[in-house]
Amino acid sequence: MNLDLDAAACAFRDEVRDWLAANVPAGRLPSVDTPQGDAAHRAWERRLADAGLAVVSWPLEYGGRAVPPLHALLFEEEYHAAGAPARIGQNGLFLLAPTLLRHGTPAQRDRILPPMVRADEVWAQAWSEPEAGSDLAAIRSRGRRTDGGWLLSGQKTWSSRAAVADRAFGLFRTDPQASRHRGLTCVMFDLRAPGVTVRPIRQLDGDPGFAEIFLDDVFVPDSDVIGEPGDGWRVAMSTAGHERGQTLRSPGRFLAAAERLVALWRSGDGRDAATRNRVVDAWIGAQAYRMHTFAALDAPAGPFAASATKLFWSELDVALHETALDVLGARAETDAAWTDGYLFALAGPIYAGTNEVHRGIVAERMLGLPREVAR
Amino acid sequence: MRLVPTAEQDRFAAVLHDLLSAADVPAVAERWAQGDAAPGRAVWSRLADAGVAGLAVPERWGGTDAGAADLVIAAEELGHHAVPGPVAETLAAVPALLLALGDDRLCDKWLPELAAGRVVAALAAPPWLPYATDAHAADLVLLAGDDAVRLARTGAAHASMDYTRRLFEVSPGGVLATGPDAAAAVARALDLGVLAAAAQLLGAGCALLEAAVAHARTRVQFGRPIGRFQAVQHKLAEVAVALEFARPLLHAAAVTVGSADTAARDVSAAKVACGSAAHQAARAALQVHGAIGYTREHGLGRWLTKVRVLTLTWGTAAQHRARVMAELTR
Repeated sequence: MNLDLDAAACAFRDEVRDWLAANVPAGRLPSVDTPQGDAAHRAWERRLADAGLAVVSWPLEYGGRAVPPLHALLFEEEYHAAGAPARIGQNGLFLLAPTLLRHGTPAQRDRILPPMVRADEVWAQAWSEPEAGSDLAAIRSRGRRTDGGWLLSGQKTWSSRAAVADRAFGLFRTDPQASRHRGLTCVMFDLRAPGVTVRPIRQLDGDPGFAEIFLDDVFVPDSDVIGEPGDGWRVAMSTAGHERGQTLRSPGRFLAAAERLVALWRSGDGRDAATRNRVVDAWIGAQAYRMHTFAALDAPAGPFAASATKLFWSELDVALHETALDVLGARAETDAAWTDGYLFALAGPIYAGTNEVHRGIVAERMLGLPREVAR
Repeated sequence: MRLVPTAEQDRFAAVLHDLLSAADVPAVAERWAQGDAAPGRAVWSRLADAGVAGLAVPERWGGTDAGAADLVIAAEELGHHAVPGPVAETLAAVPALLLALGDDRLCDKWLPELAAGRVVAALAAPPWLPYATDAHAADLVLLAGDDAVRLARTGAAHASMDYTRRLFEVSPGGVLATGPDAAAAVARALDLGVLAAAAQLLGAGCALLEAAVAHARTRVQFGRPIGRFQAVQHKLAEVAVALEFARPLLHAAAVTVGSADTAARDVSAAKVACGSAAHQAARAALQVHGAIGYTREHGLGRWLTKVRVLTLTWGTAAQHRARVMAELTR
């Protein structure tokens, strides 16, 4: 076992570090889910894209660097350590794009990825419905066959980024006769198309981070279907694997937050041992996540390991931020950086499949316990 | 960078697992608890033949000088089987201490015997190790402090809540080394011992989870296996996650323990994480087993109590957390 970085990895890390030091905006950008923040974040994404740093793991032809996964992790560590802005394009970059690279056609990749990389098109994900949250197979929104494409109808909810995004992707029931997991199709659609109504929902933090989407016979061409019609469940599960796994929640973010927490502890007063222990545990958790991710580079995780990872980072995120608030005490209330982070962390155990669902998956699929309910 | 075991290390673990599975460790532990160390010594001798005892000993003294990564793999397997005796002492801390003292006469005398499995060593190192564990069954008993390393005279014996352990008070005997070099040697030896203890904890935690899962699959209550109840599933899932994320910290600490300036920090983090995961596994395993797990005859208690004493010795969680913070804010 070793933790050595080869010369190429070191050189890449140094290049990223230098570029970020020279380019990261001073001060925080407005929230990504507000109009001002939308513009500022899109401008930042273009800057990243121009430097070839938007998605370093992607193939060269789509603006990536085709670097190995280790380099991508190092990029994330540097990105978060530098305090760089949240990624407005994350739903597209880290959820839709890997799905297209695996299940999409070359024409879809050529058409969709370049504007995604430059944030000229920002994507929302449209999985959940009022009756289908963690139980995605209960989806009711329909796609009806029409000449040259499909007509989408129904309602999506908790659609992240939909209030500011340009396009969305989600699952639609295209064969009402088929059983739950069958008859679903993965479709991309325009959020400004006729028949689409977007109603922003204010989150706990006050921002319209998600929205309801109402669809009334919205036309999408066949070219916007990902994979085969009726095969949407399989396509969506590979996307969900990315969502639950590490791409969206890179260890770099937790490491940076843990370092800030330790610094906060060091500079604070009233440093009791109980709180100190929680600070240390949060730091240990971030290190464990980092090392676990490094280890996974050499031992590809099983199909259900993403559930264990999601459980770990989402609980760690809450613990880390709750500890920071307790270290700050009454002053925490006015510390926007930590309180925003805390409110964001509270969503972690809920989205991408609730933690109860994932504990069930770990218990049944990883540990081999008997099924609790028929799924 | 590589943080997962090599194929060779996986084979080494499998060999040790088979060896210990065949050795009837529960019976050996029972004899050990009754004061009969012979079967335990025989197992240790067979482990030595498999290369375990010489992992921390250089080749010139008959060991393999294999490094900390192999050490944690072996210690995890010994923890998995709840092998009795001063494991972390004999496997890791005492060889490392003798080596770090740099006294060839001491090394010539003891290291070949340790590597061959003919010598079992106990160690007291207050405050982390206030007593010498199982000194009655040891051929070499040391007392390590900040100012000196000494041979130890053993005094009164105390029972442990781990019924296989006996704890001996010690008083200073002949001085082996003094001064700053001795203090540095003790620090390095303790880090290796802590690492081995953390690995034992991880192995014991995994064994407890396996036992709980096996029981939950077959034990029927209210007309169905208890493993179908969400409350049981979620408890065991949380244990699995805790163990899964403790292991990479242990392996990372095995990488840095020898050289990096983060060694103390990383070893302490590994001890906290492995101890916490193992403790969680112990609580969950007893809860899932119910009353049968609380009986001496079932045997689950060997792991339950060993986990608890290993989290309390080689530095408590509070001591290691304090050390992590001290290192982070140095």
